[in-house]
Amino acid sequence: MSSVSSAPTGRAVAPGRSVGPPSGPASGASFGTFPAGPPRSSDLRGRRRPGELIARGLLAGAAMLSVVITAGIVIALLVPALTFFEQVPIFEFLTGTRWTPRFADASYGVLPLITATAWTALVALAVAVPCGLGSAIYLSEYAPERLRRILKPILELLAGVPTVVFGYFALLWFTPFLQDLGIEVGPFSLLSAGMVMGVMIIPTIASVSEDAMSAVPNALRQGSAALGANRMQTSLRVVFPAAFSGVVAAVVLGISRAVGETMIVTIAGGQMVQMVSNPLQQGATMTTFIANAALGDSRVGSLEYNTLFVVGLLLFLLTLVVNLIAIELVRRFRQEY
Amino acid sequence: MSTYTPATSGADARRAVLSTSGRSREQTPQSVLFMILLWLSLLIGFVTLAVLLIDTFADGLTRLDGRLFTGYPSSRAEEAGARPAILGSLWVIGTTAVLAVPLGVAAAVHLEEFADRKRWWNRLIEINISNLSAVPAIIYGMLALGTLALVGVQQKNIVIGGAIALAMLILPVIIISTREAVRAVPRELRDGSLAVGATPLQTTWRITLPAAMPGIATGTILGLSRALGEAAPLLLLGGLVFLRFDPNGLLSQFTTMPIQIFSWTAQPQAEFHTLAAGASMLLMGLVLLMNGAAIYIRNRYQKRW
Repeated sequence: MSSVSSAPTGRAVAPGRSVGPPSGPASGASFGTFPAGPPRSSDLRGRRRPGELIARGLLAGAAMLSVVITAGIVIALLVPALTFFEQVPIFEFLTGTRWTPRFADASYGVLPLITATAWTALVALAVAVPCGLGSAIYLSEYAPERLRRILKPILELLAGVPTVVFGYFALLWFTPFLQDLGIEVGPFSLLSAGMVMGVMIIPTIASVSEDAMSAVPNALRQGSAALGANRMQTSLRVVFPAAFSGVVAAVVLGISRAVGETMIVTIAGGQMVQMVSNPLQQGATMTTFIANAALGDSRVGSLEYNTLFVVGLLLFLLTLVVNLIAIELVRRFRQEY
Repeated sequence: MSTYTPATSGADARRAVLSTSGRSREQTPQSVLFMILLWLSLLIGFVTLAVLLIDTFADGLTRLDGRLFTGYPSSRAEEAGARPAILGSLWVIGTTAVLAVPLGVAAAVHLEEFADRKRWWNRLIEINISNLSAVPAIIYGMLALGTLALVGVQQKNIVIGGAIALAMLILPVIIISTREAVRAVPRELRDGSLAVGATPLQTTWRITLPAAMPGIATGTILGLSRALGEAAPLLLLGGLVFLRFDPNGLLSQFTTMPIQIFSWTAQPQAEFHTLAAGASMLLMGLVLLMNGAAIYIRNRYQKRW
């Protein structure tokens, strides 16, 4: 029993009800709802509440749902993919250079789709990584607080533009703009789609890496300044290396967005499936193929229908691997302050 | 002059610290060039946003009229409108919100308030959510396709199917932002509630969640605005259809605004491009409004404890 003397207020408190602040340390004996008798000793667990347990079970169930979703993705993609690989050898799929599932002499080499995806992602990152990191350094190290409070929301608005509108913009404004500049692109090109996609990814890279740079303690900057470094040197040689894991995470997030983006490449990148050797060409990426195949009229369960899920599985595995690399890199380079 | 200014807020403090080191070293050619490059990198994003807005505005203004809201899709551009697409978007996003918000908040509350971090399954859930947030949107369309097939629904282009795809897509967004909001609520508030006899669940429901509300609202609005602009998963569900009726229920066929814009952009005639620009303005207006509201709520109501 507690040694504290019983509070003068002996009002009854219904168990579990939060009433106003207690007027003093109430000892067990003053609770009217418990029968007098042996003191409740030090058992403070309260009574069992079935409702509480059920509710907590439901919360845990909601959290488990995310695992169910992942399992669902794997099953939904793997089952049709396995049927596909019964008819097409996996080696032929991964190394073939002709992708013609709709032709009479159908061929299922996925490399053309992969080259197109790789080129668009490369172009997009060439735009997004320098611009995103530059924006992050400016916002974190240079911009005064008031300017930052204006610039950051505008950058976030850029992230809010629907991808289909970016696609429209790439096809009907940016491609003609490139042609006016004298760059020889056709009406569809991976260059145009990739560059617009790069602008779309800038806010992602900028905001993740800015968070990392802002988390670098000021003591490091002060130390650098005390040694006579200017802001550029401090940014590049102190803050940037210290925030490196966050920067890597930002870039990797950008890669997985670039690989998985669908609407921009479907609208502006072209539909023609071919091995792409330079970004001025048009080409169908993995996502373009999936979108087009879904729009087509292939019979459910046919080999042609299953190609959709095989390419989907490849896309899923690619982003998964990229992600796991990011998690590992972040773990390896993390510095705790 | 003091060499150390107490750090109040990020960049200002850094400036204060660095300004004591004199102007001259800040103005070497290299560092001026570096600063110009930083400005440029920021400018590319802003200029693109401005050009995109102006271009869409200039193209679409003539077709942002009554017919866009009342008309049905048509092969003749001057008669066509986006009425079924607008209503379809409202149906799908409404259903998505009903599915995703309670589930997302519940999952976040479990992870943040009740989960035992030492248990392997809770760690699995955490890693899993961060992975899910990077899964390409189009994959969720395939998952919804699989789910509908599993339930035995023949018609894949139905409102509830689209809502399932989009709900799964934005679930990680809602979970992650809710967790951050709940984590920011100070320990003392919960302790106070528990001390006056509330159960853990009552504490969560009456103290923690209300205190975390602005953060949850921000994350939810951002997630829903992403769902509103997303087209890829719905394409897989056969969302690109020519509808001449209004969607009227969870099992109704539907198309949405982004898909309508996609379909008009793919037409060769310039009149349809104008129509696409008009619908884009409407869609962007809605999305930017939601984003603006989210940013406003975050800045206005979020407490610093």
